[in-house]
Amino acid sequence: MQTALLIEQLLNGLQFGVMLFLMAAGLTLVFGVMGLINLAHGSLYMVGAFACAAVAAATGSFWLGLIASLAAAAAAGAIVEMTVIRRLYERDHLDQVLATFALILIFSEGMRWLFGSFPLYLNIPSLLSGSVPLPGGSQYPLYRLAIIGVGVAVAVFLWLLISRTRLGMRIRAGEADREMIGALGVDIRSLYTIIFALGAALAGLAGALVGALQSVQVGMGEPVLILAFVVIVIGGIGSIKGALIGAVLVGVVDTMGRFLLPRAMELVLDASRANTVGAAIASMLIYVLMALILAVRPRGLFVANA
Amino acid sequence: MNRETLTSAALVLLLLGIPLAAMATGHNFYVTLASRMAILALAAVGLNIALGLGGLVSFGHAAFFGIGGYAAGVLAWHAMMLQPFPLGLPGTKLMPVIWLVAMLAAGIVAAFIGAISIRTSGVYFIMITLAFAQMIYYFAISFPSYGGEDGLSISLRNAFPGVNTLDPFTFFLICYLLLLAGLFLFFRLRDSRFGAALQAARQNETRLAAVGVSPFGIRLAAFVISAMVTALAGALYADLNRFVAPSMLSWHMSGELIVLIILGGTGRLAGPVAGAIVFVLFEHWLGGITERWQLYLGLVLLGVVLFARGGVVGLLAGKARHG
Repeated sequence: MQTALLIEQLLNGLQFGVMLFLMAAGLTLVFGVMGLINLAHGSLYMVGAFACAAVAAATGSFWLGLIASLAAAAAAGAIVEMTVIRRLYERDHLDQVLATFALILIFSEGMRWLFGSFPLYLNIPSLLSGSVPLPGGSQYPLYRLAIIGVGVAVAVFLWLLISRTRLGMRIRAGEADREMIGALGVDIRSLYTIIFALGAALAGLAGALVGALQSVQVGMGEPVLILAFVVIVIGGIGSIKGALIGAVLVGVVDTMGRFLLPRAMELVLDASRANTVGAAIASMLIYVLMALILAVRPRGLFVANA
Repeated sequence: MNRETLTSAALVLLLLGIPLAAMATGHNFYVTLASRMAILALAAVGLNIALGLGGLVSFGHAAFFGIGGYAAGVLAWHAMMLQPFPLGLPGTKLMPVIWLVAMLAAGIVAAFIGAISIRTSGVYFIMITLAFAQMIYYFAISFPSYGGEDGLSISLRNAFPGVNTLDPFTFFLICYLLLLAGLFLFFRLRDSRFGAALQAARQNETRLAAVGVSPFGIRLAAFVISAMVTALAGALYADLNRFVAPSMLSWHMSGELIVLIILGGTGRLAGPVAGAIVFVLFEHWLGGITERWQLYLGLVLLGVVLFARGGVVGLLAGKARHG
C-alpha cells in the first residue's frame, strides 16, 4: 500500500511539474528573446482557465473550451504585447516589473467584472474521467496522466519548433543578437508578438487543464506564476531545457516534501506536532532548493546565452 | 534652497498638515489615514535605500515589513497571555523594545537573504527576493502557533512610555517622527562615503571595483539597513491595525512598496512620502466610489510607468541631478 501511495504521489509531482513547465516555457522564452520580465503571465493563465470554463459551460464541450483557452490567451497576449509590452523592451527591469504588475491589477479586476467573484467549475471530459490501475493495487486518474502527456507533447513540440523550423531559427537568432536579425530584414516586431502570443497560449492551456482539477477563480494565476519564476531561476533564465528540468524538479520536490516530511518528522516528534512542523517546512522546501542551487550556480542549472 | 529641498520640505509638511486640518474640521478619520501614509512612506523609505540608491530591485520587502509586524504581534501576544518565550524571556507591550526586536530580526533575515541574493543581479535578484519572501509567507500561513492563515490580533495597541498611544493623533506623531528619522537616515546615507559607493555600485560596478571597493559588502549593508527600516514600519503598521496577518508578507505588499517609490520618484528623498500620500488618497477615494478601484490604479500605474517617468517628485522638482 505504501509503495502504491508513493507512486501516486510521484505521478502527482510529475503532473504538477509538467503544468509548471507549460507556464515556465513561455516566461523563459519571453525573457530569453526579448529580455522582458513578465509578471502578468499568471493573468494569461487565468484568462485561459476562464475562457475554457465559459465556453465549456456554453457549449457543453471541454474540447471546444480547450481551443477557446488557447485562442483567448494568445489573443490577450498579442493585444497586450502590441499595446503595452512593446514599449517596455528598452526599459530597465524595474519599469517592466511595475508595468506588468499594473497589468495584473487590470486583468484581475477585469475578470472579476466579467465573471463575478464566485469561482467557476470545469468538469473533466468524460473521455478522460476514468482511472488507470497502478502497480500495488490503487487507481490513478486518467486525466492527470493526460496532463503529463500534454506536457511531454508540448516539450517535444517546442523542441521541434525551435530546432527545426524557420521560426525557431529566428527565435534562436533573436536570443543571440536582436539587432543583427533586424538588420538582416527579419520583421522583429511581429516576431516578438508571435513569441509572446505563443507563451501566452501555453499559459492559457495550463490554466484550462488545471481549471478542471481546481476551481477557476480570479487570482488563481499568482501562486503558479511565482512557482514558475522559481522554476526558471533554477533552470537558468532563457533556457527551455532548464525550464523543463526545473519544473519537474520543483513539482516532484514540492509534492514529495508535503507527503514525506510530516511522516519523517513523526520519527522524532509526536504525531500532531510532526504534522504541523512537517507541513511548515514542506511549504518552504522548494525555496530552500532554489537557494541551494543558486548558492552553487548563481545563474541556474543551464545557463542560456553563455 | 533648491527646488528639490523645497519640494521635500513641502511634502513632509503636507503630511503633517493632513491630520491637523482633519481635526480642525472634525474629519477625525483622516488622522488614521495620515498615520497609514506615514507608515507606508517609512516602509518605502527603507526600500528606497536598497532600490533607489543601490539599484537593488527587491521584490521581497514585504518579508521585512511582515517580520516587523509579526514582531509586534508576537511580543504583544506573549505579554497578554503571560506566556514567556523559551529560555524564560517575557513578551512585551513596550513599543521601543518591539521596534528593536523587529529591526534586529529583520536585519538577521536580510543578512541571510542578501548574502545569497546579492551574488546575482538583474532579473535573478528580483525573482530570488520574491521567492524568499514567498517562503516566509508560506511559513507564516502553515505555522499555526501564531494564528496561521487567520493572523494575530493585538487586542490593545502597544504602549510608549509617557504618552497615550490610543489617541490617534499621538500615534500619528509617533509614526511621523519615525518617518522623519527614516528620511534623515536616507539623507545622511545618500551623501555619505558609503552612499557614494553604493550609488557608484549601481551606476558602474566595474569602475567601483577598479578603484578598490568591493560592491558586495556595500550592497549587503544597504540591503540590511533597508530591511531594518521597513521592518520598523511593519511594527507600526501592526499597531495601527491592531492586527497582523500573512497578507503583510504577501507579494502584493512587495509590489505596493515598489509602486509607492515609483509613483513618488525613484531614489528621491521625498519620493516615498509623495507616493504614500497619493496612493492612500487614491485607494481611499476611489475605493469609496467604485469597487473596481484596483482597475483604475492599474491604469494609472501603467500611465506613470509608460509616460510620466520620475513620479510626483520628478514632476514637482524636475529631474534628479544625477541618476
